[in-house]
Amino acid sequence: MSTTRRDFIKTVGSLSLAFYLPLDAKHAPAAAPPAVGSFEPNGMLRIDGDGSVTVWATRAEIGQGVRTSMAMAIAEELEADWSKVKVLQASTDPKFGDLGVTGGSQTTRSTTQALRKVGAQAREMLLQAAADSWGVPKAECLARSGRIQHPPSHRDLGFGDLVAKAAALTPPADPPLKATKDFRILGKNIPRLDGPDIVTGRAQFATDIHLPGMLVASIERCPVFGGKVKSFDASTALKVPGVKQVLQVPSGVAVFAEDTWSAFQGRQALKVQWEEGPAAQVDSASIRRQFEARLKSAGKVVRKEGDPAQALPAAAKRIKATYDAPFLAHATMEPMVAVADVKADRCKVWAPTQAPGMALPSVQAITGLKAEQIEIQVTLAGGGFGRRAMSDFIADAVACSKAAGAPVKVQWTRPDDFQHDGYRPATLHELEAGLDGQSRPLAWLHRFVGGSIAASNHFPWPPEAAELSGASDLAYDIPNLQVEWGQSDTPVPLWFWRAVPASFNPFVTECFWDELAHAAGKDPLDFRLDHLPKAPRQLGRDTFDPARYRAVLELAAAKSEWRTRKLPKGWGRGIAAHAYLDCGTYVAQVAEVEAEADGPIHVRHVVCAVDCGMVLNPRNVKAQMESGIAFGLSAALYGEIAIKAGRVTATSFLDQPMLLMPNMPKIEVHIVPSDLPPGGVGEPGLPPLAPAVGNAVFAATGKRLRSLPLLPKPLRRA
Amino acid sequence: MAAFTLTVNGQSHRVEASPEMPLLWVLRDRLGLTGTKFGCGQGLCGACTVHLGDAPVRSCKTRLGDVGSRHITTIEGLDPHGAHPLQKAWVELDVAQCGYCQTGQIMTAAALLAKNPHPSDADIDHALGRNACRCGTYLRIREAVHAAAGQRREVIP
Repeated sequence: MSTTRRDFIKTVGSLSLAFYLPLDAKHAPAAAPPAVGSFEPNGMLRIDGDGSVTVWATRAEIGQGVRTSMAMAIAEELEADWSKVKVLQASTDPKFGDLGVTGGSQTTRSTTQALRKVGAQAREMLLQAAADSWGVPKAECLARSGRIQHPPSHRDLGFGDLVAKAAALTPPADPPLKATKDFRILGKNIPRLDGPDIVTGRAQFATDIHLPGMLVASIERCPVFGGKVKSFDASTALKVPGVKQVLQVPSGVAVFAEDTWSAFQGRQALKVQWEEGPAAQVDSASIRRQFEARLKSAGKVVRKEGDPAQALPAAAKRIKATYDAPFLAHATMEPMVAVADVKADRCKVWAPTQAPGMALPSVQAITGLKAEQIEIQVTLAGGGFGRRAMSDFIADAVACSKAAGAPVKVQWTRPDDFQHDGYRPATLHELEAGLDGQSRPLAWLHRFVGGSIAASNHFPWPPEAAELSGASDLAYDIPNLQVEWGQSDTPVPLWFWRAVPASFNPFVTECFWDELAHAAGKDPLDFRLDHLPKAPRQLGRDTFDPARYRAVLELAAAKSEWRTRKLPKGWGRGIAAHAYLDCGTYVAQVAEVEAEADGPIHVRHVVCAVDCGMVLNPRNVKAQMESGIAFGLSAALYGEIAIKAGRVTATSFLDQPMLLMPNMPKIEVHIVPSDLPPGGVGEPGLPPLAPAVGNAVFAATGKRLRSLPLLPKPLRRA
Repeated sequence: MAAFTLTVNGQSHRVEASPEMPLLWVLRDRLGLTGTKFGCGQGLCGACTVHLGDAPVRSCKTRLGDVGSRHITTIEGLDPHGAHPLQKAWVELDVAQCGYCQTGQIMTAAALLAKNPHPSDADIDHALGRNACRCGTYLRIREAVHAAAGQRREVIP
């Protein structure tokens, strides 16, 4: 992720301030405690008279486990009894502060310290309340598992007994934080709090919400990007039982019905004429030609050291290659959905959104209401992967509710979800590298072209802002290095997809590095270890630490017995690494595959080494690595969104398969112990997977695959 | 429109609807049983899996008119308190990530265990091999099915 994307996330969600106890009157503890007796020292924490602890998660749960990890950070410092902790989801109600953007694997890195402080402040207030009750010095009191103890007098009180007194105290500005060695919750394998509700079907997703008087709407959108409604005939649709009305809305024509299936049926009966617009001339082949043409001229130089153009002719050996990566869809399991209830003077939205603050302006624009008249309640999300930071599905619900004058749920279908996504950018890359007489890397020239996420969404950033990670932050030490990016926009809308450019650039750079290793006659692991910078270096705004990169490579190599274990005939192993500098996490993976040239690829085993700093929940780190590997493997083997006549051809999981259980490799995750601040884990497991597999396929077959997805088209069946 | 009497989780319900209406939407929108999820509506992802009699079916491709007298079991009826061995194993092993596909996974696994109390990895892959999970929880799903079956997890070659 680029520094600008991180800035963006930080700007939209001023991360830490929300968690500090606000000192203004609005948020000050009430002079008199509430009648029921509860202690709410912060918008995201409440302790009730029965001792129960409620935490409001201010980041979205999209499967990455933050509802649990955020509660763990507060509970740790609070010294809560974990069995009495429950988590609810914050809304845009100002009492929760800014909800920011859940993305970029930033939640852990950017909120943990502030959350610990929230817990610590409340703990100190409970300690003071107990000390005051007993008339003893606060320093003699201890907080333990939901109780305050006074060991000298063997007295203790539950948190619940202290809420009234604690609520009357002033929160300390700078409470002491616990030493890591005293942690009892953080660092442990705590099962996620949502588990019991998920396995009983009680967990409520946005699609499960039903409001009194609610209509369900399904929207027919122009299949061609940028197309408009020319005219429509709703007469047959209106005859479908259950259909209430058919109205044009900004994104298309909406069929409103009393239930979901009737809305879908009505939509099938709808006849719409489209003004398809210029994008109808665009297809995958024309985009490829456009990229090829753009690749012929220089791009913006985004990193330069030495002068590769001058150095290359002097190289003892030169290699050149072209790589490409396709558009990809997010394909969350829960298709896009949101519920809105627009009234004359207020609007409430329930949405599985990763970026409620970003949606707010569009809700204001549609409703004409002020921000304080709008509340967006974040719900559980059936997957996110970046998709749910888009506001389109929220705007749909708000526009439909306003148009219908009733609460409305807008339910997308699976084809809608595939065809109206914001896609992972497609890119085309040309690389040339040279070795000196001692087979050391001498020069590296990497030029690549593709659309700009920033430009596609009119973000006020440099166009390359979200396109460079994994290319411009190449880890290796090369005296002559130049990376160029050329902007080549298409009508295909682009958006952040898990790991963003690190979902494709490391495939290119780590595979080409492998090619260079083979050209040098070196082992790919050695060629990585031998050419790391000697000391930490600045790459963009972040510091790259070669020791951490080396450590994950060596750990993955050791655990996979890289140098010693012979693989069966027809198998190959490949290695790749990526420093996800923006969230402070380093990952290396060794993939073992069984493959045939131009034939099937079976990824049998992946050994993953991760250094994510201090580990909040080892089992979740492991799960996120497995998740990144599975997501990355779906893309590496099958992922391609093709464009024909300005529209996405995929309408189902048959057209665009995802990895299924029989093709899930055996995965080992090894964590590097670390005392560094905790880093993110939602995305960093993904980038090394495709290059590790590509390199393994080369080792198995001798054939270098440079185009994603790796499987030949007829074999792309999950 | 026609009237149907459905037995869902042991309770009888009268539903007036088109025989073409998929069971998924009858369960979710008419009976309020939202534990059964809409993932694709194309019978391809398994998020909507329920039991018809003893068999796991994709409720998005099961017409209301085809249900007949067969009893329907949804996740809400598997064990409302989450005490089914699969539900306990799922929580114990922290299988779920986003959780959206998991009720379909559990219902598919429950039908497998009812027929085959001690499935091998291959049996599990066969039974659950068409249930998609975008979070990639497959390894823990397999482990949880073994745990629920009272078996240790076999090592995959």
